Amino acid sequence: MTSLNRHTLTGHSAALDFSQPEPVDLSSGKYVKLWQGPQHPGITGNMSLELTLEGDTIIGCKTHVGYLHRGFEKLMERRTFIQNFTVVCRIAVPEPTFNEYLYSHAVEELSGIEIPDRAVWLRTLNLELMRLASFLMWIGGQSGAFGMYTVPNWTLSHRDFVLDLFEEMTGARIYHMYIVPGGVRAGLPEGFEKRARDVMDSTEKMLGQVERVMFNNAVTKARSRGLGIIDPEMIDPYGIVGPNARACGVARDLRKDEPYLAYDQLDFDIITGHDCDAYGRAWQRLQETRQSIDLIRQCLDRMPVDGPFQADMPNVLHWKVPAGETYVKAECTRGEYGYYMVTDGSEYVRRVHVRGPSYTHAIAVMERLAVGCNIADIAGLMVSLHTYPPEIER
Amino acid sequence: MNEKTLNTMLEKLKQEFDISDIVEHKPRLTTFTVSKQHAETLIRELRDREAYTHLNFMTCIDYIEDGIFSLVYMLHNYGKKHSLGVHVNISRNGEEVFSIHTLWAQAWTYQRELREMYGIRFTDSPRLDEDFCLEGWDQIPPMRREFDTKKFSHERFGHREGRSSEVPREHMKVQLYPNRGGDEE
Repeated sequence: MTSLNRHTLTGHSAALDFSQPEPVDLSSGKYVKLWQGPQHPGITGNMSLELTLEGDTIIGCKTHVGYLHRGFEKLMERRTFIQNFTVVCRIAVPEPTFNEYLYSHAVEELSGIEIPDRAVWLRTLNLELMRLASFLMWIGGQSGAFGMYTVPNWTLSHRDFVLDLFEEMTGARIYHMYIVPGGVRAGLPEGFEKRARDVMDSTEKMLGQVERVMFNNAVTKARSRGLGIIDPEMIDPYGIVGPNARACGVARDLRKDEPYLAYDQLDFDIITGHDCDAYGRAWQRLQETRQSIDLIRQCLDRMPVDGPFQADMPNVLHWKVPAGETYVKAECTRGEYGYYMVTDGSEYVRRVHVRGPSYTHAIAVMERLAVGCNIADIAGLMVSLHTYPPEIER
Repeated sequence: MNEKTLNTMLEKLKQEFDISDIVEHKPRLTTFTVSKQHAETLIRELRDREAYTHLNFMTCIDYIEDGIFSLVYMLHNYGKKHSLGVHVNISRNGEEVFSIHTLWAQAWTYQRELREMYGIRFTDSPRLDEDFCLEGWDQIPPMRREFDTKKFSHERFGHREGRSSEVPREHMKVQLYPNRGGDEE
């Protein structure tokens, strides 16, 4: 069912052609307009694709968002700094932790707050566990999009084991609200390390099975090879980041390039691929999932077992952050996640802009790659870009 | 990026484009302001000549008290690991702005969002008037400071019995210092 993306056949110059497709005459009877989503098993969250089809080939695609719009950025302008940390985690449901970290980090940077060493390590551990949970969910989604439902059962059950760890560590499974300005809310409970290592061992073993079952599967290969090829020339003009860029051989990873938290004390290399299609991106993410397990083990080996996990903080009822401006970013599972914050010295933030990688991956990139695809492959393509709508509409 | 290289670049930009309000927030982030007439050329030059090839994001800050919007273009140089925040101040009263959709593929999406959320128009930006998040929105653009979310919510959805809310600061004062009437600082 896979068809080569039409743009890949037109050479490199097409990669830099940002023009919008010409509207077609639907009354001619030659074309069909079809909506995929917002309620559809083959879509990543509450968003929809407005597809124009000629036969079963997509000739036009428009991404529609807004189904989850809650105006987070506006809400944050009307809440105090401490109130906002309960809001930010809701911006990306499968990866709330990156929002918690970046919001806290931006506030700390503008306030000149240094967090204790133990908090640095606990945050790193928390972020890597989040990465692992998110990747496990994604692997299941990608496999399911190609019609193989055994793998999601495995990966989602192991994601639940990671959520168990979150529950122990933070008291919550999804919205942890664990990383707060000044540090984290708690240390690790007794016996956590052993349980975490057990989960890592079983997950690693399961990933070996996933590799055999999913990546050596003839149907997966047939449907993902050649699907949604990202021309390396598109990387900068389209703002492509994270595994989508690394799968094309572009070695960019904020954890390595601009290290934050304890990443400069961990041993790892940037993983890159050479296949720019959906299969290459899936392989890339599988390797990064394994890398994440390795980083979690390193955190457990090296993190301090005692010491403070919260810095001395001002009274939150009277907390005014000095006037300033900053942009902080971190490498989430999909690439660069950033918080731009402007403060004016009052108790309220003047402006927060949340930069999520899905903003370009799900709109500009998706609309481009979908053209030329077979209708049956659109779900697989969309999942292969790993997008979350809430971070687009914020 | 080392300080000398950065200063040389900024000095050059100052001469060519008359940039002002240069602030080095941290070693990897500098911001400055440029006038609208120079901004388009400056941004293109930064991308093509100075290798700020990555558009991190594009956003807007509403300075209602000064009657201006400050557009922010955050650009990143991967080689030098340095970001530049370019501020362009425009009037809040319907001033039209150049479009950068020919420079980055995702720029028109940002511009479509800014049109919807702030009412800013970008010249020749594709699909500018298509709805982004909001459908059938008939109020003032909601990210403008004068848009009152609470008032809108009350008017649109009405009051629901059984719900009350407190001003957190006042409420906590009373909780923490009940014997002093909640006036302790």
